[in-house]
Amino acid sequence: MITVKNLHKTFNTINGEINVLKGIDQEIEKGEKVVIVGPSGSGKSTFLRCLNLLEQPTSGEVWFEGTQINVPDCDINKLRQKMGMVFQHFNLFPHLTVLQNITLAPVMLKLKTQKEAEEQAVHLLERVGLADKASAYPVQLSGGQKQRIAIVRALAMNPDVMLFDEPTSALDPEMVDEVLQVMKELANEGMTMVVVTHEMGFAREVANRVLFMDDGRVLEEAAPDDFFNNPQNPRLQDFLSKVL
Amino acid sequence: MNLSMGVLPLSYFSQLPQKFYDAFIEKDRYLNITNGLGNTLLITFFAVIIGIILGTAIALVKVYHSNNKKKLKILNGICSVYLTVIRGTPVVVQLMIMWYIILQPTNLDRIVAAILAFGINSGAYVAEVIRSGIQSVDKGQIEAGRSLGLNQRDTMIKIVFPQALKNVLPAIGNEFIALLKETSVAGYIAIQDLTKGGDIIRSITYDPYTPLLIVALTYLLIVLGLTSLLNKFERRLSRSDYR
Repeated sequence: MITVKNLHKTFNTINGEINVLKGIDQEIEKGEKVVIVGPSGSGKSTFLRCLNLLEQPTSGEVWFEGTQINVPDCDINKLRQKMGMVFQHFNLFPHLTVLQNITLAPVMLKLKTQKEAEEQAVHLLERVGLADKASAYPVQLSGGQKQRIAIVRALAMNPDVMLFDEPTSALDPEMVDEVLQVMKELANEGMTMVVVTHEMGFAREVANRVLFMDDGRVLEEAAPDDFFNNPQNPRLQDFLSKVL
Repeated sequence: MNLSMGVLPLSYFSQLPQKFYDAFIEKDRYLNITNGLGNTLLITFFAVIIGIILGTAIALVKVYHSNNKKKLKILNGICSVYLTVIRGTPVVVQLMIMWYIILQPTNLDRIVAAILAFGINSGAYVAEVIRSGIQSVDKGQIEAGRSLGLNQRDTMIKIVFPQALKNVLPAIGNEFIALLKETSVAGYIAIQDLTKGGDIIRSITYDPYTPLLIVALTYLLIVLGLTSLLNKFERRLSRSDYR
Protein backbone atom coordinates (compact mmCIF):
# COMPACT_ATOMS: atom_id res chain seq x y z
CA MET A 1 0.00 0.00 0.00
CA ILE A 2 2.82 2.38 0.92
CA THR A 3 6.27 1.83 -0.48
CA VAL A 4 9.26 3.92 0.50
CA LYS A 5 12.52 3.62 -1.42
CA ASN A 6 15.82 5.06 -0.24
CA LEU A 7 14.16 8.04 1.42
CA HIS A 8 16.43 10.93 2.39
CA LYS A 9 15.43 14.17 4.06
CA THR A 10 17.75 17.09 4.70
CA PHE A 11 16.72 20.25 6.49
CA ASN A 12 18.55 23.46 5.67
CA THR A 13 18.87 25.50 8.84
CA ILE A 14 20.92 28.54 9.71
CA ASN A 15 23.38 26.17 11.38
CA GLY A 16 23.86 24.25 8.14
CA GLU A 17 22.36 21.08 6.78
CA ILE A 18 20.85 18.45 9.04
CA ASN A 19 20.38 14.96 7.63
CA VAL A 20 17.25 13.72 9.36
CA LEU A 21 16.54 10.68 7.20
CA LYS A 22 19.47 8.75 5.78
CA GLY A 23 17.99 6.20 3.43
CA ILE A 24 14.83 4.40 4.49
CA ASP A 25 13.25 1.49 2.62
CA GLN A 26 9.87 0.31 3.81
CA GLU A 27 6.90 -1.60 2.50
CA ILE A 28 3.63 -1.21 4.39
CA GLU A 29 0.91 -3.67 3.43
CA LYS A 30 -2.82 -3.13 3.50
CA GLY A 31 -4.23 -3.85 6.93
CA GLU A 32 -0.82 -3.78 8.56
CA LYS A 33 -0.23 -1.92 11.82
CA VAL A 34 3.29 -0.55 11.90
CA VAL A 35 4.54 1.11 15.06
CA ILE A 36 7.66 3.24 14.95
CA VAL A 37 9.61 3.84 18.13
CA GLY A 38 12.90 5.51 18.82
CA PRO A 39 14.55 8.34 20.73
CA SER A 40 13.70 11.98 20.14
CA GLY A 41 15.30 13.41 17.04
CA SER A 42 15.67 10.01 15.41
CA GLY A 43 13.58 11.09 12.41
CA LYS A 44 10.46 9.04 13.09
CA SER A 45 8.04 11.98 12.87
CA THR A 46 9.77 13.29 9.76
CA PHE A 47 9.48 9.85 8.19
CA LEU A 48 5.75 9.78 8.94
CA ARG A 49 5.27 13.30 7.56
CA CYS A 50 7.07 12.31 4.36
CA LEU A 51 4.42 9.65 3.77
CA ASN A 52 1.73 12.28 3.08
CA LEU A 53 4.20 14.89 1.88
CA LEU A 54 3.77 17.32 4.77
CA GLU A 55 7.55 17.15 4.39
CA GLN A 56 8.94 17.02 0.87
CA PRO A 57 11.57 14.26 0.69
CA THR A 58 15.00 15.43 -0.44
CA SER A 59 15.51 12.26 -2.46
CA GLY A 60 14.04 8.79 -2.77
CA GLU A 61 10.57 7.63 -3.68
CA VAL A 62 7.26 7.42 -1.82
CA TRP A 63 4.53 5.33 -3.44
CA PHE A 64 0.93 5.15 -2.28
CA GLU A 65 -1.56 2.74 -3.82
CA GLY A 66 0.52 2.36 -6.95
CA THR A 67 1.25 6.04 -7.51
CA GLN A 68 4.50 7.81 -6.82
CA ILE A 69 3.48 10.81 -4.75
CA ASN A 70 6.69 12.82 -4.50
CA VAL A 71 6.69 13.89 -8.13
CA PRO A 72 5.46 17.32 -9.30
CA ASP A 73 2.56 16.09 -11.44
CA CYS A 74 1.00 14.01 -8.66
CA ASP A 75 -2.25 15.41 -7.26
CA ILE A 76 -1.26 15.16 -3.61
CA ASN A 77 -4.53 16.69 -2.39
CA LYS A 78 -6.43 13.79 -3.91
CA LEU A 79 -4.17 11.21 -2.30
CA ARG A 80 -4.18 12.90 1.10
CA GLN A 81 -7.93 12.35 1.21
CA LYS A 82 -7.11 8.68 1.54
CA MET A 83 -4.40 9.19 4.21
CA GLY A 84 -5.77 10.35 7.53
CA MET A 85 -3.36 12.02 9.90
CA VAL A 86 -3.53 12.57 13.65
CA PHE A 87 -1.14 15.07 15.22
CA GLN A 88 0.55 15.30 18.59
CA HIS A 89 -1.11 18.64 19.30
CA PHE A 90 -4.51 17.63 17.87
CA ASN A 91 -4.69 20.69 15.59
CA LEU A 92 -8.45 20.93 15.82
CA PHE A 93 -9.83 24.08 14.22
CA PRO A 94 -10.58 26.30 17.25
CA HIS A 95 -13.05 28.56 15.44
CA LEU A 96 -15.33 25.66 14.46
CA THR A 97 -17.54 23.41 16.54
CA VAL A 98 -16.72 19.74 16.84
CA LEU A 99 -19.32 18.89 14.22
CA GLN A 100 -18.00 21.55 11.83
CA ASN A 101 -14.44 20.30 12.41
CA ILE A 102 -15.50 16.86 11.25
CA THR A 103 -17.73 17.84 8.33
CA LEU A 104 -15.57 20.65 6.89
CA ALA A 105 -13.34 18.58 4.63
CA PRO A 106 -15.88 16.03 3.31
CA VAL A 107 -18.29 18.85 2.40
CA MET A 108 -15.65 21.21 0.97
CA LEU A 109 -14.30 18.41 -1.20
CA LYS A 110 -17.84 17.55 -2.31
CA LEU A 111 -17.52 13.95 -1.15
CA LYS A 112 -20.72 14.32 0.86
CA THR A 113 -23.59 16.72 1.27
CA GLN A 114 -23.74 18.66 4.54
CA LYS A 115 -26.53 16.36 5.70
CA GLU A 116 -24.70 13.13 4.87
CA ALA A 117 -21.52 14.45 6.47
CA GLU A 118 -23.34 15.39 9.65
CA GLU A 119 -25.04 12.01 9.89
CA GLN A 120 -21.71 10.29 9.50
CA ALA A 121 -20.09 12.64 12.01
CA VAL A 122 -22.75 11.94 14.63
CA HIS A 123 -22.35 8.22 14.01
CA LEU A 124 -18.56 8.43 14.42
CA LEU A 125 -18.91 10.62 17.52
CA GLU A 126 -21.16 8.00 19.07
CA ARG A 127 -18.52 5.39 18.45
CA VAL A 128 -15.92 7.36 20.42
CA GLY A 129 -18.45 8.31 23.08
CA LEU A 130 -18.54 12.03 22.35
CA ALA A 131 -21.91 12.46 20.68
CA ASP A 132 -22.89 15.04 23.31
CA LYS A 133 -19.97 17.26 22.29
CA ALA A 134 -21.08 17.84 18.71
CA SER A 135 -21.86 21.51 19.20
CA ALA A 136 -18.98 22.24 21.62
CA TYR A 137 -15.92 24.22 20.62
CA PRO A 138 -12.47 22.59 20.95
CA VAL A 139 -11.50 24.89 23.84
CA GLN A 140 -14.25 23.28 25.89
CA LEU A 141 -12.76 19.79 25.55
CA SER A 142 -10.07 17.91 27.47
CA GLY A 143 -6.94 16.77 25.66
CA GLY A 144 -8.16 13.21 25.38
CA GLN A 145 -11.49 14.37 23.96
CA LYS A 146 -9.71 16.62 21.47
CA GLN A 147 -7.56 13.80 20.23
CA ARG A 148 -10.55 11.48 19.84
CA ILE A 149 -12.28 14.22 17.83
CA ALA A 150 -9.14 14.59 15.74
CA ILE A 151 -9.23 10.88 14.99
CA VAL A 152 -12.90 11.11 14.04
CA ARG A 153 -12.13 14.09 11.81
CA ALA A 154 -9.57 12.03 9.93
CA LEU A 155 -11.91 9.02 9.77
CA ALA A 156 -14.69 11.13 8.27
CA MET A 157 -12.70 11.13 5.02
CA ASN A 158 -12.92 7.30 4.94
CA PRO A 159 -9.15 6.98 4.60
CA ASP A 160 -7.33 3.83 3.52
CA VAL A 161 -4.50 4.44 5.97
CA MET A 162 -4.17 6.38 9.20
CA LEU A 163 -0.94 8.07 10.22
CA PHE A 164 -0.51 8.84 13.92
CA ASP A 165 2.23 11.26 14.97
CA GLU A 166 2.75 10.74 18.72
CA PRO A 167 -1.00 10.94 19.37
CA THR A 168 -0.72 10.56 23.15
CA SER A 169 2.48 12.51 23.86
CA ALA A 170 0.72 15.78 24.69
CA LEU A 171 -1.91 14.19 26.93
CA ASP A 172 -2.24 13.98 30.68
CA PRO A 173 -1.42 10.39 31.71
CA GLU A 174 -5.00 9.63 32.72
CA MET A 175 -6.25 10.54 29.24
CA VAL A 176 -3.85 8.35 27.30
CA ASP A 177 -5.95 5.22 27.61
CA GLU A 178 -9.14 6.66 26.14
CA VAL A 179 -7.22 7.60 22.99
CA LEU A 180 -5.36 4.30 22.77
CA GLN A 181 -8.68 2.50 23.19
CA VAL A 182 -10.07 4.24 20.10
CA MET A 183 -6.91 3.38 18.19
CA LYS A 184 -7.14 -0.26 19.22
CA GLU A 185 -10.74 -0.48 18.03
CA LEU A 186 -9.65 1.03 14.75
CA ALA A 187 -6.87 -1.53 14.46
CA ASN A 188 -9.31 -4.37 15.15
CA GLU A 189 -11.51 -3.18 12.31
CA GLY A 190 -8.61 -3.74 9.93
CA MET A 191 -7.46 -0.17 9.34
CA THR A 192 -3.96 0.18 7.99
CA MET A 193 -2.05 2.19 10.58
CA VAL A 194 1.37 3.75 10.90
CA VAL A 195 1.92 4.95 14.44
CA VAL A 196 4.81 6.93 15.88
CA THR A 197 4.56 6.57 19.64
CA HIS A 198 6.31 6.10 22.94
CA GLU A 199 3.56 3.77 24.18
CA MET A 200 5.38 0.43 24.25
CA GLY A 201 2.29 -1.34 25.59
CA PHE A 202 0.34 -0.26 22.54
CA ALA A 203 3.15 -1.39 20.24
CA ARG A 204 3.27 -4.80 21.90
CA GLU A 205 -0.47 -5.28 21.79
CA VAL A 206 -1.49 -3.85 18.43
CA ALA A 207 1.48 -3.81 16.08
CA ASN A 208 2.16 -6.39 13.39
CA ARG A 209 5.62 -4.94 13.06
CA VAL A 210 7.66 -2.57 15.17
CA LEU A 211 10.40 -0.38 13.70
CA PHE A 212 13.21 1.07 15.75
CA MET A 213 14.62 4.26 14.33
CA ASP A 214 17.71 6.10 15.40
CA ASP A 215 19.80 8.74 13.67
CA GLY A 216 17.72 8.72 10.49
CA ARG A 217 17.82 4.98 9.90
CA VAL A 218 15.65 1.98 10.71
CA LEU A 219 18.01 -0.06 12.86
CA GLU A 220 15.69 -2.94 13.61
CA GLU A 221 12.28 -4.17 12.58
CA ALA A 222 10.47 -7.18 13.91
CA ALA A 223 7.17 -8.56 15.15
CA PRO A 224 6.48 -7.17 18.64
CA ASP A 225 7.34 -10.42 20.43
CA ASP A 226 10.82 -10.60 18.93
CA PHE A 227 11.24 -6.86 19.08
CA PHE A 228 10.70 -6.56 22.79
CA ASN A 229 11.90 -9.97 24.03
CA ASN A 230 14.81 -10.57 21.73
CA PRO A 231 16.24 -7.27 20.47
CA GLN A 232 19.37 -7.69 18.33
CA ASN A 233 20.71 -4.18 17.86
CA PRO A 234 22.71 -2.93 20.86
CA ARG A 235 21.21 0.57 20.44
CA LEU A 236 17.71 -0.93 20.68
CA GLN A 237 18.68 -3.04 23.69
CA ASP A 238 19.88 0.11 25.38
CA PHE A 239 16.71 2.01 24.40
CA LEU A 240 14.39 -0.72 25.66
CA SER A 241 16.27 -1.05 28.92
CA LYS A 242 15.47 2.61 29.55
CA VAL A 243 11.84 2.75 28.48
CA LEU A 244 10.44 -0.59 29.60
CA MET B 1 -14.40 90.76 19.12
CA ASN B 2 -10.98 90.01 20.51
CA LEU B 3 -9.20 87.92 17.88
CA SER B 4 -5.93 87.60 19.73
CA MET B 5 -7.43 85.94 22.77
CA GLY B 6 -6.23 82.34 23.07
CA VAL B 7 -8.31 81.07 25.94
CA LEU B 8 -12.06 80.73 26.12
CA PRO B 9 -13.47 84.04 27.47
CA LEU B 10 -16.12 83.66 30.13
CA SER B 11 -18.42 85.94 28.18
CA TYR B 12 -18.53 83.19 25.54
CA PHE B 13 -21.02 81.20 27.57
CA SER B 14 -23.46 84.05 28.03
CA GLN B 15 -23.34 84.63 24.28
CA LEU B 16 -23.59 80.95 23.41
CA PRO B 17 -27.08 81.00 21.92
CA GLN B 18 -26.14 83.91 19.68
CA LYS B 19 -22.81 82.34 18.74
CA PHE B 20 -24.56 79.09 17.94
CA TYR B 21 -27.09 80.91 15.82
CA ASP B 22 -24.35 82.77 13.94
CA ALA B 23 -22.28 79.67 13.39
CA PHE B 24 -24.96 77.24 12.24
CA ILE B 25 -28.40 78.74 11.69
CA GLU B 26 -27.67 82.07 10.04
CA LYS B 27 -27.71 81.63 6.25
CA ASP B 28 -27.96 77.85 6.68
CA ARG B 29 -24.29 77.66 7.66
CA TYR B 30 -24.88 74.22 9.21
CA LEU B 31 -24.81 72.95 5.64
CA ASN B 32 -21.02 73.40 5.74
CA ILE B 33 -20.91 70.88 8.57
CA THR B 34 -23.45 68.38 7.23
CA ASN B 35 -22.13 68.42 3.66
CA GLY B 36 -18.62 68.19 5.06
CA LEU B 37 -19.60 65.23 7.21
CA GLY B 38 -21.10 63.59 4.13
CA ASN B 39 -17.84 63.99 2.23
CA THR B 40 -15.78 62.76 5.16
CA LEU B 41 -17.90 59.62 5.51
CA LEU B 42 -17.93 59.06 1.74
CA ILE B 43 -14.14 59.30 1.49
CA THR B 44 -13.60 57.12 4.57
CA PHE B 45 -16.06 54.45 3.48
CA PHE B 46 -14.62 53.91 0.02
CA ALA B 47 -11.03 54.33 1.22
CA VAL B 48 -11.65 51.57 3.77
CA ILE B 49 -12.91 49.28 1.02
CA ILE B 50 -9.90 50.00 -1.18
CA GLY B 51 -7.66 49.57 1.86
CA ILE B 52 -9.09 46.15 2.69
CA ILE B 53 -8.88 44.85 -0.87
CA LEU B 54 -5.41 46.23 -1.51
CA GLY B 55 -4.13 45.28 1.93
CA THR B 56 -5.40 41.71 1.70
CA ALA B 57 -3.96 41.25 -1.78
CA ILE B 58 -0.55 42.53 -0.71
CA ALA B 59 -0.59 40.47 2.49
CA LEU B 60 -1.34 37.34 0.42
CA VAL B 61 1.50 38.06 -1.98
CA LYS B 62 3.92 38.57 0.91
CA VAL B 63 2.81 35.47 2.82
CA TYR B 64 2.83 33.32 -0.31
CA HIS B 65 6.29 34.58 -1.20
CA SER B 66 7.70 34.05 2.29
CA ASN B 67 6.41 30.45 2.23
CA ASN B 68 8.10 29.80 -1.09
CA LYS B 69 10.87 32.24 -1.97
CA LYS B 70 10.94 31.18 -5.61
CA LYS B 71 7.38 32.29 -6.31
CA LEU B 72 5.91 35.76 -6.98
CA LYS B 73 9.37 37.36 -6.84
CA ILE B 74 8.49 40.35 -9.05
CA LEU B 75 5.09 40.94 -7.47
CA ASN B 76 6.65 40.74 -4.02
CA GLY B 77 9.25 43.31 -5.08
CA ILE B 78 6.54 45.68 -6.27
CA CYS B 79 4.67 45.26 -2.98
CA SER B 80 7.79 45.99 -0.97
CA VAL B 81 8.43 49.21 -2.90
CA TYR B 82 4.80 50.23 -2.42
CA LEU B 83 4.94 49.62 1.33
CA THR B 84 8.20 51.53 1.66
CA VAL B 85 7.04 54.55 -0.32
CA ILE B 86 3.58 54.80 1.25
CA ARG B 87 4.77 54.32 4.80
CA GLY B 88 7.75 56.59 4.23
CA THR B 89 5.89 59.69 3.04
CA PRO B 90 3.18 61.84 4.66
CA VAL B 91 -0.39 61.19 3.62
CA VAL B 92 -0.94 64.90 2.84
CA VAL B 93 1.88 64.79 0.31
CA GLN B 94 0.44 61.62 -1.21
CA LEU B 95 -2.95 63.29 -1.42
CA MET B 96 -1.57 66.35 -3.21
CA ILE B 97 0.51 64.22 -5.57
CA MET B 98 -2.61 62.21 -6.40
CA TRP B 99 -4.66 65.33 -7.21
CA TYR B 100 -2.16 67.82 -8.62
CA ILE B 101 0.07 65.37 -10.50
CA ILE B 102 -1.45 61.97 -11.14
CA LEU B 103 -5.10 62.95 -11.74
CA GLN B 104 -4.24 66.35 -13.24
CA PRO B 105 -4.86 65.26 -16.85
CA THR B 106 -8.17 63.60 -15.99
CA ASN B 107 -11.61 65.03 -15.39
CA LEU B 108 -12.18 63.13 -12.19
CA ASP B 109 -13.70 64.65 -9.08
CA ARG B 110 -11.51 65.77 -6.16
CA ILE B 111 -13.37 63.29 -3.97
CA VAL B 112 -12.15 60.47 -6.20
CA ALA B 113 -8.59 61.67 -5.75
CA ALA B 114 -9.05 61.67 -1.98
CA ILE B 115 -10.65 58.20 -1.98
CA LEU B 116 -7.77 56.83 -4.06
CA ALA B 117 -5.07 58.54 -2.01
CA PHE B 118 -6.46 57.52 1.37
CA GLY B 119 -7.35 54.02 0.15
CA ILE B 120 -3.89 53.41 -1.24
CA ASN B 121 -2.37 54.82 1.93
CA SER B 122 -4.53 52.67 4.18
CA GLY B 123 -3.79 49.56 2.11
CA ALA B 124 -0.14 49.68 3.14
CA TYR B 125 -0.94 49.63 6.84
CA VAL B 126 -3.75 47.10 6.49
CA ALA B 127 -1.40 44.83 4.54
CA GLU B 128 1.06 44.63 7.40
CA VAL B 129 -1.71 44.02 9.93
CA ILE B 130 -3.27 41.23 7.86
CA ARG B 131 0.11 39.65 7.13
CA SER B 132 0.92 39.47 10.83
CA GLY B 133 -2.57 38.05 11.44
CA ILE B 134 -2.13 35.28 8.90
CA GLN B 135 1.31 34.44 10.24
CA SER B 136 -0.01 34.35 13.80
CA VAL B 137 -2.12 31.29 12.99
CA ASP B 138 -0.40 28.08 14.14
CA LYS B 139 1.31 26.16 11.35
CA GLY B 140 -0.37 23.00 12.63
CA GLN B 141 -3.71 24.44 11.49
CA ILE B 142 -2.51 24.54 7.88
CA GLU B 143 -1.02 21.06 8.20
CA ALA B 144 -4.28 19.71 9.58
CA GLY B 145 -6.23 21.25 6.70
CA ARG B 146 -3.81 20.00 4.07
CA SER B 147 -3.66 16.52 5.62
CA LEU B 148 -7.43 16.25 5.10
CA GLY B 149 -6.88 16.84 1.38
CA LEU B 150 -7.91 20.50 1.24
CA ASN B 151 -5.86 22.53 -1.19
CA GLN B 152 -3.87 25.60 -0.23
CA ARG B 153 -6.66 27.99 -1.19
CA ASP B 154 -9.48 26.26 0.71
CA THR B 155 -7.22 25.84 3.73
CA MET B 156 -6.54 29.57 3.75
CA ILE B 157 -10.17 30.58 3.26
CA LYS B 158 -11.81 28.13 5.64
CA ILE B 159 -9.19 27.66 8.33
CA VAL B 160 -6.55 30.39 8.38
CA PHE B 161 -8.50 33.55 7.49
CA PRO B 162 -11.26 33.22 10.09
CA GLN B 163 -8.67 32.78 12.84
CA ALA B 164 -6.47 35.54 11.45
CA LEU B 165 -9.43 37.91 11.25
CA LYS B 166 -10.17 37.38 14.91
CA ASN B 167 -6.56 38.11 15.80
CA VAL B 168 -6.29 41.31 13.75
CA LEU B 169 -9.71 42.82 14.30
CA PRO B 170 -8.62 45.27 17.05
CA ALA B 171 -5.66 46.45 14.97
CA ILE B 172 -7.77 46.77 11.81
CA GLY B 173 -10.38 48.73 13.75
CA ASN B 174 -7.71 51.13 14.97
CA GLU B 175 -6.48 51.53 11.43
CA PHE B 176 -9.91 52.55 10.17
CA ILE B 177 -10.51 54.93 13.03
CA ALA B 178 -7.15 56.52 12.26
CA LEU B 179 -8.14 56.71 8.59
CA LEU B 180 -11.36 58.53 9.42
CA LYS B 181 -9.41 61.17 11.27
CA GLU B 182 -6.67 61.37 8.63
CA THR B 183 -9.23 62.40 6.03
CA SER B 184 -9.36 65.75 7.85
CA VAL B 185 -6.46 66.87 5.66
CA ALA B 186 -8.64 66.57 2.54
CA GLY B 187 -8.95 70.36 2.66
CA TYR B 188 -5.44 70.53 1.22
CA ILE B 189 -6.91 69.76 -2.19
CA ALA B 190 -9.93 72.00 -1.54
CA ILE B 191 -12.37 69.30 -0.60
CA GLN B 192 -15.03 70.53 1.82
CA ASP B 193 -14.91 67.77 4.39
CA LEU B 194 -16.05 68.01 7.98
CA THR B 195 -12.92 69.83 9.15
CA LYS B 196 -12.92 72.23 6.23
CA GLY B 197 -16.64 72.86 6.79
CA GLY B 198 -15.98 73.98 10.35
CA ASP B 199 -13.06 76.07 9.21
CA ILE B 200 -15.19 77.86 6.63
CA ILE B 201 -17.69 78.84 9.32
CA ARG B 202 -14.83 80.05 11.50
CA SER B 203 -13.53 82.29 8.73
CA ILE B 204 -16.99 83.79 8.21
CA THR B 205 -17.98 84.41 11.84
CA TYR B 206 -14.50 84.96 13.30
CA ASP B 207 -15.60 82.68 16.14
CA PRO B 208 -13.32 79.64 16.23
CA TYR B 209 -14.83 77.98 19.30
CA THR B 210 -18.30 76.97 18.24
CA PRO B 211 -17.62 75.42 14.82
CA LEU B 212 -14.32 73.74 15.72
CA LEU B 213 -15.61 72.24 18.97
CA ILE B 214 -18.66 70.93 17.12
CA VAL B 215 -16.37 69.44 14.48
CA ALA B 216 -14.27 67.77 17.17
CA LEU B 217 -17.39 66.46 18.89
CA THR B 218 -18.69 65.05 15.61
CA TYR B 219 -15.45 63.11 14.99
CA LEU B 220 -15.54 61.86 18.57
CA LEU B 221 -19.11 60.60 18.25
CA ILE B 222 -18.36 58.77 15.00
CA VAL B 223 -15.28 57.16 16.53
CA LEU B 224 -17.25 56.11 19.60
CA GLY B 225 -19.89 54.59 17.35
CA LEU B 226 -17.30 52.71 15.31
CA THR B 227 -15.59 51.47 18.46
CA SER B 228 -18.75 50.00 19.91
CA LEU B 229 -19.56 48.41 16.55
CA LEU B 230 -16.12 46.80 16.45
CA ASN B 231 -16.45 45.58 20.03
CA LYS B 232 -19.72 43.93 19.15
CA PHE B 233 -18.16 42.24 16.13
CA GLU B 234 -15.17 41.14 18.19
CA ARG B 235 -17.43 39.56 20.79
CA ARG B 236 -19.24 37.63 18.10
CA LEU B 237 -15.98 36.30 16.68
CA SER B 238 -14.74 35.19 20.09
CA ARG B 239 -17.71 32.89 20.70
CA SER B 240 -15.36 29.91 20.36
CA ASP B 241 -13.20 31.19 23.25
CA TYR B 242 -15.74 30.56 25.95
CA ARG B 243 -15.26 27.51 28.06
